[in-house]
Amino acid sequence: MTERFQYDNRIVKNFLFITILWGVVGMLVGLIAALQLVVPGLNFSEWSTFGRIRPLHTNAVIFAFVGNAIFTGAYYSLQRLLKARMYSDLLSRIHFWGWQLIIVAAAVTLPLGMTQGKEYAELEWPIDIAIAFVWIVFGINMFGTILKRRERHLYVAIWFYIGTWVTVAMLHIVNSIAIPVTLGKSYSWYAGVQDALVQWWYGHNAVAFFLTTPFLGLMYYFLPKAANRPVYSYKLSIIHFWSLIFIYIWAGPHHLLYSALPEWAQSLGVAFSVMLIAPSWGGMLNGLLTLRGAWDRVREDPVLKFFVVAVTCYGMATLEGPLLSVKSINAIAHYTDWIVAHVHIGGIGWNGFLTFGMVYWLAPRLFGTKLYSTKLANVHFWLGTLGIIFYAVPLYFAGFFQSLMWQQFTPDGFLVYKNFLDTVLEIKYAYWLRAIGGSIYLIGVLIMVYNVVKTVKAGKLVADEDAEAPALEKLEKEPAGHWHTWIERRPIQMLVWSLVAVAIGGIIEMVPTFLVKSNVPTIASVKPYTPLELHGRDIYVMEGCYTCHSQMIRPFRGETERYGEYSKAGEYVYDHPFQWGSKRTGPDLHRVGGKYPNSWHYYHMWDPTSMSPGSLMPAYPHLFENAIDTTTTRRKIEAMITLGVPYGSDLPAKANADLMRQGQAIADDLKKAGIETSADRDIIALIAYLQRMGTDIKAAAVATK
Amino acid sequence: MLKFIKHHMETIAGIGIYPVVSFVIFFSIFCIALLYVWKATRRHIDHMAALPLTEGNSTNESIHHAQP
Repeated sequence: MTERFQYDNRIVKNFLFITILWGVVGMLVGLIAALQLVVPGLNFSEWSTFGRIRPLHTNAVIFAFVGNAIFTGAYYSLQRLLKARMYSDLLSRIHFWGWQLIIVAAAVTLPLGMTQGKEYAELEWPIDIAIAFVWIVFGINMFGTILKRRERHLYVAIWFYIGTWVTVAMLHIVNSIAIPVTLGKSYSWYAGVQDALVQWWYGHNAVAFFLTTPFLGLMYYFLPKAANRPVYSYKLSIIHFWSLIFIYIWAGPHHLLYSALPEWAQSLGVAFSVMLIAPSWGGMLNGLLTLRGAWDRVREDPVLKFFVVAVTCYGMATLEGPLLSVKSINAIAHYTDWIVAHVHIGGIGWNGFLTFGMVYWLAPRLFGTKLYSTKLANVHFWLGTLGIIFYAVPLYFAGFFQSLMWQQFTPDGFLVYKNFLDTVLEIKYAYWLRAIGGSIYLIGVLIMVYNVVKTVKAGKLVADEDAEAPALEKLEKEPAGHWHTWIERRPIQMLVWSLVAVAIGGIIEMVPTFLVKSNVPTIASVKPYTPLELHGRDIYVMEGCYTCHSQMIRPFRGETERYGEYSKAGEYVYDHPFQWGSKRTGPDLHRVGGKYPNSWHYYHMWDPTSMSPGSLMPAYPHLFENAIDTTTTRRKIEAMITLGVPYGSDLPAKANADLMRQGQAIADDLKKAGIETSADRDIIALIAYLQRMGTDIKAAAVATK
Repeated sequence: MLKFIKHHMETIAGIGIYPVVSFVIFFSIFCIALLYVWKATRRHIDHMAALPLTEGNSTNESIHHAQP
């Protein structure tokens, strides 16, 4: 019996508009961050230094722009592939507004310096809980729709959505486990090496399951729609799905090569990362070959143009990713702008262009009209493509050459570029070109905004689109088939098996590392931070120092010459969260302790160029004004004790007295250098932390002698 | 100094099983997926591939397409 029902287009429209809005905002923030690297004066306030703006940019483009794009495409395609309206309009609205509230909360708290200090997982615990809640609402709405569907079989795009939903939920919850200190401050449950492994298991899979699998779902739906022909090989899409979700979950450790992570975990990450080429390229070719026989239309249809470049960028990024996971290539690329270029091929090429193609395809359909201007869409396409090239190519050059400079020795065996800053100044030109590339890209997006506004004005929203389909009757007898047609009819089983697939990877990868806790040869001389140093470390986290400075010296001659003894796993056992960083716009800081006098740090934080002429680092005058928040000291120490840091039980009570004593000693030392300062300023705590960093192991060396 | 980063894992009993387990799991799933697409009928695959293009006109009447 044929049933009549209506697709909910209003929710799709809402997500579409907000995707565009957050896209513009997120990219604009990215452009500001890019310009701050060449014009440090643009770090004009406490709330807008690079260290706070960069997380704002990454969170905005990943979770606001790409996130809403996923929801746009998923809400549109789910209804049509399942021949059913979304399960609940109310849940759709809660999902929409909840997600936007989270984004607004992020946009407020990140500039305020409320951060967990873990990349792409910076948001503090109350927001993390809200994310979990909204994600579950999305899940209920999606599975509710699946259960009341009128199409028996689940198309491959839906598998990708299910895989995404399950895995993101798992990643988010596991990585966000933290112990709250205040409403805006918490400490990661994990420390040091474990925290690093959990974070990059999360971080890499945020790329895999937030930026890739849902977008592959969109690709498998919108590309055939736009080309008006079925996907090249549905069989290939099945292999693509299963091998991709199985392999991706293992690849995280490739972010930690040559670090203090155990060797076996590094090798596991490399092996699975290299294997990723196969399913990724299978998917890319499947997308491109869908256009076989329709390439003439690519010349005329901007939607297809965007899709072709998006899928090509997917192919480029997923070839490059495995290559970057090879240890010898990673040794060159890690910590450099090469990685920044790599992620932007994925971000602005794959995610950006697929979204734009989807926008141009959806907007006229939702509003029952034609696209206002195909010509402008073509202009956007070419500006976007040029923007990607201008963005990425200079950074590839910069990353490669800077890495070589870091490791360049004179015939006598001395570093050619003794001063890290010299290598930065050599590549400053690339930072300018990158900002220009980003601007071109953004102009293209603004043209799209104009085009969409004009299109919307010319049409009228088809809020509820009529559709009809026969009700799904219960099968009296299972049709003989084999297991996959079985699973295609059983979404809940599908959910469970996807979860099993990704959970096994996560468990096997991490369990041994948790066992390590009792097995890492603890370095006896490594002691917990003093209360003052702990405050200093929190300031380091708050200011996002990790966005430009690493705390992980790799065992290379070029690094040990420059920074000192390479980093050991046992040195990080009290680091909640770890702060290894992933990019060196400035030098590594793991052995900065004791390298300079207190006065050097004092002047350097006031005005970096006073100590390092030409420095790109922002000044931090607010650290000189703000007093250390001693009201939280006790709770911080208690939280650390809960996490297993061996502080004496009497410390919480006397922590502030200890703090003042150590602060006074630093202030007295500064006084000898002619600096008058109060001992209770943030800068004192930060200096205490910086002077402590990486020094414990030196005590061990002295002791063994 | 090397003693600090070497030999972490040697103290965990049976650590060698982890990479083996991971390989076996992955390889078997891969084989099952391969087997499935190899055995799948043309009709079923065509039906699935056509799903995005058949909005409005349901294809449920062909529920028995999976039969060989």
